[in-house]
Amino acid sequence: MALKMVKGSIDRMFDKNLQDLVRGIRNHKEDEAKYISQCIDEIKQELKQDNIAVKANAVCKLTYLQMLGYDISWAAFNIIEVMSASKFTFKRIGYLAASQCFHEGTDVIMLTTNQIRKDLSSPSQYDTGVALTGLSCFVTPDLARDLANDIMTLMSHTKPYIRKKAVLIMYKVFLKYPESLRPAFPRLKEKLEDPDPGVQSAAVNVICELARRNPKNYLSLAPLFFKLMTSSTNNWVLIKIIKLFGALTPLEPRLGKKLIEPLTNLIHSTSAMSLLYECVNTVIAVLISLSSGMPNHSASIQLCVQKLRILIEDSDQNLKYLGLLAMSKILRTHPKSVQAHKDLVLQCLDDKDESIRLRALDLLYGVSKKNLMEIVKKLMTHVDKAEGTTYRDELLTKIIDICSQSNYQHITNFEWYISILVELTRLEGTRHGHLIAAQMLDVAIRVKAIRRFAVSQMSALLDSAHLVASSPQRSGICEVLYAAAWICGEFSEHLQEPQQTLEAMLRPKVTTLPGHIQAVYVQNVVKLYAAILQQKEQAADTSAAQEVTQLLVERLPQFVQSADLEVQERASCILQLVKHVQKLQAKDVPVAEEVSALFAGELNPVAPKAQKKVPVPEGLDLDAWINEPLSDSESEDEKPKAMFQDEEQRHTKPRAPEADEQELARRREARRQEQANNPFYIKSSPSPQKRYQDAPGVEHIPVVQIDLSVPLKVPGMPLSDQYVKLEEERRHRQRLEKDKRKKKKRERERRGTRRHSSLHTESDEDIAPAQRVDIVTEEMPENALPSDEDDKDPNDPYRALDIDLDKPLADSEKLPVQKHRNAETSKSPEKEDVPLVEKKSKKPKKKEKKHKEKEREKKKKEVEKKPSKHKKKKHKKDKEERPKDKRKSKKKVPPADEEAAEPVENGTLEEEPLPPMSSYILLAENSYIKMTYDVQGSLQKDSQVTVSVVLENQSDSFLKSMELNVLDSLNARLARPEGSSVHDGVPVPFQLPPGISNEAQFVFTIQSIVMAQKLKGTLSFIAKNDEGSTHEKLDFKLHFTCTSYLVTTPCYSDAFAKLLESGDLSMSSIKVDGISMSFHNLLAKICFHHRFSVVERVDSCASMYSRSIQGHHVCLLVKKGEKSVSVDGKCSDPTLLSNLLEEMKETLATC
Amino acid sequence: MMRFMLLFSRQGKLRLQKWYLATSDKERKKMVRELMQVVLARKPKMCSFLEWRDLKVVYKRYASLYFCCAIEGQDNELITLELIHRYVELLDKYFGSVCELDIIFNFEKAYFILDEFLMGGDVQDTSKKSVLKAIEQADLLQEVRVRDSEEEEEDRGRGHPPYPGALTCGPQLPSSRRYRNGPPPCGVWPPRCQVGQLALKP
Repeated sequence: MALKMVKGSIDRMFDKNLQDLVRGIRNHKEDEAKYISQCIDEIKQELKQDNIAVKANAVCKLTYLQMLGYDISWAAFNIIEVMSASKFTFKRIGYLAASQCFHEGTDVIMLTTNQIRKDLSSPSQYDTGVALTGLSCFVTPDLARDLANDIMTLMSHTKPYIRKKAVLIMYKVFLKYPESLRPAFPRLKEKLEDPDPGVQSAAVNVICELARRNPKNYLSLAPLFFKLMTSSTNNWVLIKIIKLFGALTPLEPRLGKKLIEPLTNLIHSTSAMSLLYECVNTVIAVLISLSSGMPNHSASIQLCVQKLRILIEDSDQNLKYLGLLAMSKILRTHPKSVQAHKDLVLQCLDDKDESIRLRALDLLYGVSKKNLMEIVKKLMTHVDKAEGTTYRDELLTKIIDICSQSNYQHITNFEWYISILVELTRLEGTRHGHLIAAQMLDVAIRVKAIRRFAVSQMSALLDSAHLVASSPQRSGICEVLYAAAWICGEFSEHLQEPQQTLEAMLRPKVTTLPGHIQAVYVQNVVKLYAAILQQKEQAADTSAAQEVTQLLVERLPQFVQSADLEVQERASCILQLVKHVQKLQAKDVPVAEEVSALFAGELNPVAPKAQKKVPVPEGLDLDAWINEPLSDSESEDEKPKAMFQDEEQRHTKPRAPEADEQELARRREARRQEQANNPFYIKSSPSPQKRYQDAPGVEHIPVVQIDLSVPLKVPGMPLSDQYVKLEEERRHRQRLEKDKRKKKKRERERRGTRRHSSLHTESDEDIAPAQRVDIVTEEMPENALPSDEDDKDPNDPYRALDIDLDKPLADSEKLPVQKHRNAETSKSPEKEDVPLVEKKSKKPKKKEKKHKEKEREKKKKEVEKKPSKHKKKKHKKDKEERPKDKRKSKKKVPPADEEAAEPVENGTLEEEPLPPMSSYILLAENSYIKMTYDVQGSLQKDSQVTVSVVLENQSDSFLKSMELNVLDSLNARLARPEGSSVHDGVPVPFQLPPGISNEAQFVFTIQSIVMAQKLKGTLSFIAKNDEGSTHEKLDFKLHFTCTSYLVTTPCYSDAFAKLLESGDLSMSSIKVDGISMSFHNLLAKICFHHRFSVVERVDSCASMYSRSIQGHHVCLLVKKGEKSVSVDGKCSDPTLLSNLLEEMKETLATC
Repeated sequence: MMRFMLLFSRQGKLRLQKWYLATSDKERKKMVRELMQVVLARKPKMCSFLEWRDLKVVYKRYASLYFCCAIEGQDNELITLELIHRYVELLDKYFGSVCELDIIFNFEKAYFILDEFLMGGDVQDTSKKSVLKAIEQADLLQEVRVRDSEEEEEDRGRGHPPYPGALTCGPQLPSSRRYRNGPPPCGVWPPRCQVGQLALKP
């Protein structure tokens, strides 16, 4: 013995512990992977040992390796072993490992259910604690469902240590098993007033988390939280509560008004920055939700802005960051208050920390006509200075965003904007070339007055294309050439030197550009060509016209050879066209008119959602077939669709970048107005996209008086700064003029009161734009539906928790009460069917009732004393909920039948009603008494079965002194009271009045269970009536079938599969013909009479499992054919199996 | 609610990870790698917050270790920062002036402390004292049971009934809390302060 011990400890000494492992890894820096794989091999050896300490050590090491990134999922089962160790030291390690590496995909996780349940109810609070902690990391929907009730019970544990953990984990349970929320909520609410502050704060945490996702269900808790807020001094709790209120106020404005005061008090008084920050945030949220109807909220906003300013000015970068973040929230509703701190924001743009600069950039949205140019100028200097490309890109998008926001409303001078865009093209390595291109296109299309200027700039850009697209890292920017080429082509009438631009676009270098840009080049070359032809022909300069044609004929072939299909196709098409024109030109036929007709008409921008908004005319079913579908119609169908798409793309390309919802709404309104006022808006036109240039409306569009002080043609690349200066001058002039006018006016008025002249305080409205630009808004179909709602994401995990908590709890919603596994397995069908043989079996029912009542009481306590008329047992595997109406109809069933309506077997219930079944078999009968019996085994006692005999008095005599006796065999004996001989009978513990039945139970000891057997026996009794009493006897034969040794045991399909794979089972099969019963009923019958449970069912095939009291596994595969059923069985004992199958055959033969 | 917490060194070695939302291994690795890159690339003067994917990341560097928490959009950054600090304080109290090596060699203890402090991503107890008390008592239980079981084994070896009442009149704790499982053999414990202690005031 001692030697063994010494040997054991020596073994353990040689094991590596965690420290050794860590040290080893540190010492093997060069061949770490090799060393670790060696260690893993050792660990695998250690895991094979029986010693739990060695295993725990191995698992601990594995947990460390898992952190280093090694896969340890193979050891999941060992982890469970260590979890179930009785010693806390090991259990702790097991749970730690589980919490680190288990997740929903871990298949063994379902094996932990019972272990966790055991630990949850452990007398040691630390066992419970460690189980709760672990569970919080890997809880799955199954675990949540099975353990919800246990955890709920723990919420009322005597120890606050457990209570707070149970409360916290409830949130995870709710997420995984939303059905548990309503039954558990009353208790959770109670915990808000728990005497222990830790539990209280845990409850606040959980409810706040819940309420943030679905605030409307928690409004009723507001008074309670209000009380907590004003009384609590714990900042952690306060922060949570305040955050909760932030979520509640949008739903209940009155709450907001009430909140402002305590919150402002807190803001004034607290020294904790985190709390201050939370208060400010919530006040902002409250004020946003109450943007109207608050009398003096400007004071609160001022307070917030003031406090935020303090944060931003703080030297702590974190506070600065958060201050800016919160400021941007205020910006949305109170831009004026933020603009007052523009200096601070601009200052932050110079901060060393990029994340702070980015935050500051966000605040720049609050620009006005007045300061836009100034701000952009500042940003442009940052663009030049910026180091990182990300920051520079961010700046670029920001510049474009603030300029284009609200339909360019802040831009007074578009020439300035175009030149800004052109300057931005000089940026190196930006990814946002397409953004600049989109802006150029958008502005050129929508601001008609600017086209001339834009075209001149774009042609300059095309001229210097080699600069733009020179180096590979500038590839992003070459997108602007796309825009440039298109603008020059489309608005070629504005070009000063079309010929020069044409040549620029036909340079051989162009072929190095990306395909889609080349394609645009080719297309627009023709547009330019058309314009030039027109020009030349009008000037009657035929030779020049022919020269241009010649140029095209020479240069186009380089595009025809392009690898890009689009370019190739367009180029070859156009080349043919030009050649044709050349022929005509040779004959002196004027062609310009016809060529330009190719591009007549103007393109208007279409709103991004226009297509979606076209209302479907009444009575039109788009899905209905117009003609009967042809069998091979695919190709025909595709074509028009493709063409349509092409057109769509072309129209939607030049559009503003993403516009937010508010903006859209605003625009929509503006557009409606415009459409109403515009007599030229063709209201019923099927395609309002195109308006021809020669349409009468065009002259009437209020196109621009361009201020002549701004030079239209800026030589070379202009600097935007010039425009800033010019703009200032212009504004100054404007002001002077206005003042003059005002003065005149005033002089004319000659009133006594003189107001100060507003000479130097110009407001936004005073600045008139340099060009009264006609901003063509995006086209929308008429009577477009105004809804812009985006549906919520249906996959949101928190949606399931959107549950009304104030409704009274329905019976069906109670948590499944977990019973001891044995209780569940013994819940075999017979018991439930008892009411069907009601008359004969009063006693068991009573028993069951008592049992149920106990449970009911327990439940009542748990579920806030809600009336519970009837209890729903949920079978473990009964995943599918039965439909509600079914439940309701069940409620109406008189209580006596209720139990009968309970589930009979796993999860197949909803299909069809089962025929009544009873496992009680007639034992014997005479004029006095009728005996029926049933045999039950239990997994706990491997050699005992209980025979329940129902005795029914059929006479009008009183039956007493009943005694049952059997002739014992070698294999089976009746268990007799101690001290009695083998020939003595066992007295029945009751008497039977006339017409009454009762059940008596007798225990038999069985040696071998593989064979069925019969025992002869006698019931003796005294029958007493008015005439006197007689001694009577009734002989019977007790039949122990093999089935009676089976115990219904549920089995998971994976365990089942493993069992089958193990190969230790012998096989046998039967086939029964002439079966008319449905498969479902058949299975129910097998489950019921032969005590199997369905493991899995696929169509007309099912696997079933059962276990004998001596632990034999019995697996069945039941297949239904047309009129026959075949049953393949596997069992650890061949004799048992063949006997079982024989019995089954008999049962099936009656089907 | 916190989504996860990571501890990693300046060299990009993960020292501790706690996931409050069950995540698959592959996803975890990807996120850890990505986040480490982002955080390590930040300059010392930068603020402790960043937006990453749909989460907010709050990190703080203590000596050579980065403590890094990912929180949800609505959560308070400052309180998370405080929470990190609180955790460091707890480690410091438990190990007595904690350094990175303490966490490496006793990583399971670091987890146990974290588990007593946070659960499911929420603060479990805001009081430092009660967290330390809980962890101390759990450790005590571990000691007792280890000793107890050893004695039990011995007793059984001698054929005596198990030592009665071992749980109630538990044996004396070793005076030094630091080396709970006995001090490591001479010379193998790495020199302390080698990588710099996790100064409380960074």
